[in-house]
Amino acid sequence: MTAATLEVTRPRRRPLGSAPLWLAAALLAAVSTVLSDRLPAWAVEYPRAWRLPIEPWISAAMKWLINDATFGLFTFQEFTRSISWLFNWLLEAAYGLLAQGFTFGKGEDALHIPHVSWIALIVVLVFFARRVGGRGLALFVAFCFLYLAVFGQWSSAMVTLASIVISVPFGVLAGLLVGIAAYRNAWVEKAVTPLLDLMQTVPVFAYLVPILFLFGFGPVAAMIATMIYAAPPMVRLTVLALRGVPEEIKEYGRMAGCSRHQHMWKVLVPAAKSGLLVGLNQVVMLSLNMVIIASMIGAGGLGFDVLHALRRLAIGEGLEAGIAITLLAIALDRLSQAAATRPPPAHGSVRDGSWLARNRLAVGALVLLLVSMAAGALVPAIAAYPEPWTVTTGKFWDEVVAWLNINLFDTITIVKTWLLVNLMLPVKEFMLALPWPVLLGLLAFAGWRLGGWRLALLPVALGAFILLTGNWEKAMITVYLCGLSVVIAAAIGIPLGIWAAGNRRRTGGTLAVIDTLQTLPSFVYLIPVIMLFSVGDFSAMIAVVAFALAPAVRYTVHGLNQVPEHLVEAGRAQGCSRRQMLWKIRMPLALPEIMLGINQTIMMALSMLVITALVGTRDLGQEVFTALAKADTGKGIVAGLCVAFIAITADRLIQAWSRRRKAQLGVA
Amino acid sequence: MTVSTGPIKLACRGVWKLFGDHAARVLAETGGAPDDAALRGAGVIGAVRDATLDVHEGEIFIIMGLSGSGKSTLVRCLSRLIEPTAGEVLFEGRDLLKADERELMDIRRHKMGMVFQHFALLPHLSVLGNVAFPLEIQGVGRATRESRAAEMIELVGLKGREDYYPRELSGGQQQRVGIARSLAVGPDIWFLDEPFSALDPLIRREMQDEFLRLQSVLKKTIVFITHDFDEAIRLADRIAIMKDGAIIQTGTPEEVVTRPATPYVAEFTRDVPRAKVVSAGVLARPGSAGPVRVPAAARIGEVAARVFDEEQPVGVDGEDGASVGVLHRQDVLDILLGREPRR
Ligand SMILES: Nc1ncnc2c1ncn2[C@@H]1O[C@H](COP(=O)(O)OP(=O)(O)O)[C@@H](O)[C@H]1O
Ligand SMILES: [Mg+2]
Repeated sequence: MTAATLEVTRPRRRPLGSAPLWLAAALLAAVSTVLSDRLPAWAVEYPRAWRLPIEPWISAAMKWLINDATFGLFTFQEFTRSISWLFNWLLEAAYGLLAQGFTFGKGEDALHIPHVSWIALIVVLVFFARRVGGRGLALFVAFCFLYLAVFGQWSSAMVTLASIVISVPFGVLAGLLVGIAAYRNAWVEKAVTPLLDLMQTVPVFAYLVPILFLFGFGPVAAMIATMIYAAPPMVRLTVLALRGVPEEIKEYGRMAGCSRHQHMWKVLVPAAKSGLLVGLNQVVMLSLNMVIIASMIGAGGLGFDVLHALRRLAIGEGLEAGIAITLLAIALDRLSQAAATRPPPAHGSVRDGSWLARNRLAVGALVLLLVSMAAGALVPAIAAYPEPWTVTTGKFWDEVVAWLNINLFDTITIVKTWLLVNLMLPVKEFMLALPWPVLLGLLAFAGWRLGGWRLALLPVALGAFILLTGNWEKAMITVYLCGLSVVIAAAIGIPLGIWAAGNRRRTGGTLAVIDTLQTLPSFVYLIPVIMLFSVGDFSAMIAVVAFALAPAVRYTVHGLNQVPEHLVEAGRAQGCSRRQMLWKIRMPLALPEIMLGINQTIMMALSMLVITALVGTRDLGQEVFTALAKADTGKGIVAGLCVAFIAITADRLIQAWSRRRKAQLGVA
Repeated sequence: MTVSTGPIKLACRGVWKLFGDHAARVLAETGGAPDDAALRGAGVIGAVRDATLDVHEGEIFIIMGLSGSGKSTLVRCLSRLIEPTAGEVLFEGRDLLKADERELMDIRRHKMGMVFQHFALLPHLSVLGNVAFPLEIQGVGRATRESRAAEMIELVGLKGREDYYPRELSGGQQQRVGIARSLAVGPDIWFLDEPFSALDPLIRREMQDEFLRLQSVLKKTIVFITHDFDEAIRLADRIAIMKDGAIIQTGTPEEVVTRPATPYVAEFTRDVPRAKVVSAGVLARPGSAGPVRVPAAARIGEVAARVFDEEQPVGVDGEDGASVGVLHRQDVLDILLGREPRR
């Protein structure tokens, strides 16, 4: 026998080393929590005296930035003001076109030109949908926009759309340029990558605070936040798409004698077009999500309607606006996806000739829209959908809620109370009682086992920041809410994924539903939750579970379906039953992938958790939220960073585990 | 053969290309000639090792070798798509490796053409757009470049497909576009990296004929890469055979087949029908011939029928028209039977 076969026949070491060690660690945590009153006080509650005043420092730095910072030729404030001025101007134009119309002159003889006609806009959009995605998409788009008109959501939707129309091109362009720089220059990439990681884990609200501070309350600040939020995926996708251009095409570009500029814009970018358009789709969807959230710092539109309604607990109204957001989101998603996946041109489909002839459709659409504005001035019904014709279901929904409250209130309350008392509160108390040195020690231990001393140091350093800034307790509430939500999401999502992976039809159907759910702005998830469960930790948890469920399902399906066919066949040849096949072969092999899904779930749960601050939680999210309300930059940034650090810790540990496990299983 | 004795168009001297972190250092430490052990020890891949070759004006120079033997890397060193680790590349007598970015761009724009294994067509441009692309890069006006492109498209037999897009064409048609595109600027040297390897055998054969037809008109200086020895024999004026990054023999197909430098080369050439490579000149012996004469460059396979049909011995004419001897039936028969020529 050779050495190699000996290797194989020897019993395998347990995957992650000694199970007893892990068990001992868990035991230590439990014991230390139970005995927490015997421990020194500083170990149970991090002493106030040991904190560092990081928040005031940041606030002071921001103040300095605004009041004193200068770039030599101009001050920082002048810089932000000119940005404000530019975007304000653009936004005004977009609002004018889509939502408000333009007024020239003052007083009696002012000339008012209405906004683009709702009919013309629907016609143009439907026509575009027909071209990029066929009849089905055209019908769907028609339905969505007619809903907006008929249910009286049109003008709010147009305000939202105007923000997107302005912010998306800037987000895409910024992402593209940074992506190109990162592709060209390894140093830029090294600098940009960790920044992107941070930007994608810092909760959305945290962006709003410094921006609010720099740009003031209003649509411009909201739009800048939107752009900053939506650009990072574009950067990543740009780098990926450019890398993905076949090597031979790159070489051809050089052999043809392209200059660097020509090589990028005439060869690489066109050849990477489909990947870049995926980025466009991402930017559109994230922008929509953010524009809705940014209603808190003054973006009007549908987000504001929902927020306003939720604050007054006018559920019906909120729901109607929520549905409008949902439809708008799905329509925009499908449109931009269809544009991204549209097959490349075929011969005869592209016209030759002058610019006008080649772009006659676009020009026609533009002319139609402009003419419709003039027509709207004569016939008001052309400009705006006539008020008397609108329908509202607000009353209906209010009645539904009232009915639910009367008939289901008791049941809901019983379930809610039971869960609160028996599950949520104990976990919360455990997390709060868990001494911080123990938790950090455990995390460091896990990091060390999974990835060596660097990974051991990471949670300690990030945890130290949370301690030093005095946010430990709130962080623990965040961890508890997030942790429970993730466990529940996994408990629902993984079985659902197993079921969906059963056959191709189920897979297709489930993924379609999941995809649609994921296009919805996070805000929308709050509406039904508040409707049914009113406010509190429980509601927050339900909203988080609903929002974060998707990746658990998706990765389970993916993990199970990607198990190599020959292993499945080997199992079948050995006479495994279906059950055995699932539990002994497919699940173990899919587990690393499923864990990545859980990782995604955690990331989404954390981002949603911050939004659920609206329904009155007491965690870091609330901290960010109050900071927003008070425009307290230091507090907002610090709390946002704390959330990001929790996310990064979880992310790095799980990724390391999944990588190791995949390598061990040879499915990397 | 005449073409292989003309002026040298492109040459490389002692070119090395090592892939790996410490490539340059390894080369320096070993005095510029690392052996297998030194390379392996440093974790460096020797993709091209000490390659030296001359390509003469107007010849088809074929670089042949199995997959991974370093052909693509070598041809990319010759066009400087890859920076060699050491050595020099002389194009029309000047050192290409010393050219700055601007000069290199100029040389590539006007003097070099390249055809790729997987075509490397730009997916967003039509056939016309693709073929006109190198001219567009140079700033040639629309009308001029499109009429020039149309000419090229006609030359490769794709007239009527000008407004098709690459994905609408078969592999063979796509490679025709690749060829037309590389010829559009009228290059002095033409690189083809396994241009027909991705095609079906039947199409490949057709494309080889097409290639020979084009060359008979255009008379370009050509560096052609292939892993297919039969293709090499069919097309080459001269062949360089590569193994593990090194050139182990350079010569005419006839030389390579009849006098393999190593057992490795012999292994390749074993199945090649001798009649396809051995020329009449090689077999010619002194003697008096009848009225039928053949050129010395003609392959035995092409003239065998006549040798056996004629009553009298067939004479052989040298390149200058003077007689170099006659063909004996026994010699021709030996070749047809695959035996080595008797001398
Ligand atoms: N960019 C690269 N980095 C590392 N190794 C490479 C690279 N390009 C080629 N090689 C290696 O160099 C050797 C020669 O490759 P190549 O020139 O592509 O061979 P061929 O074209 O003859 O198939 C191979 O072993 C290949 O793996
Ligand atoms: Mg190759």
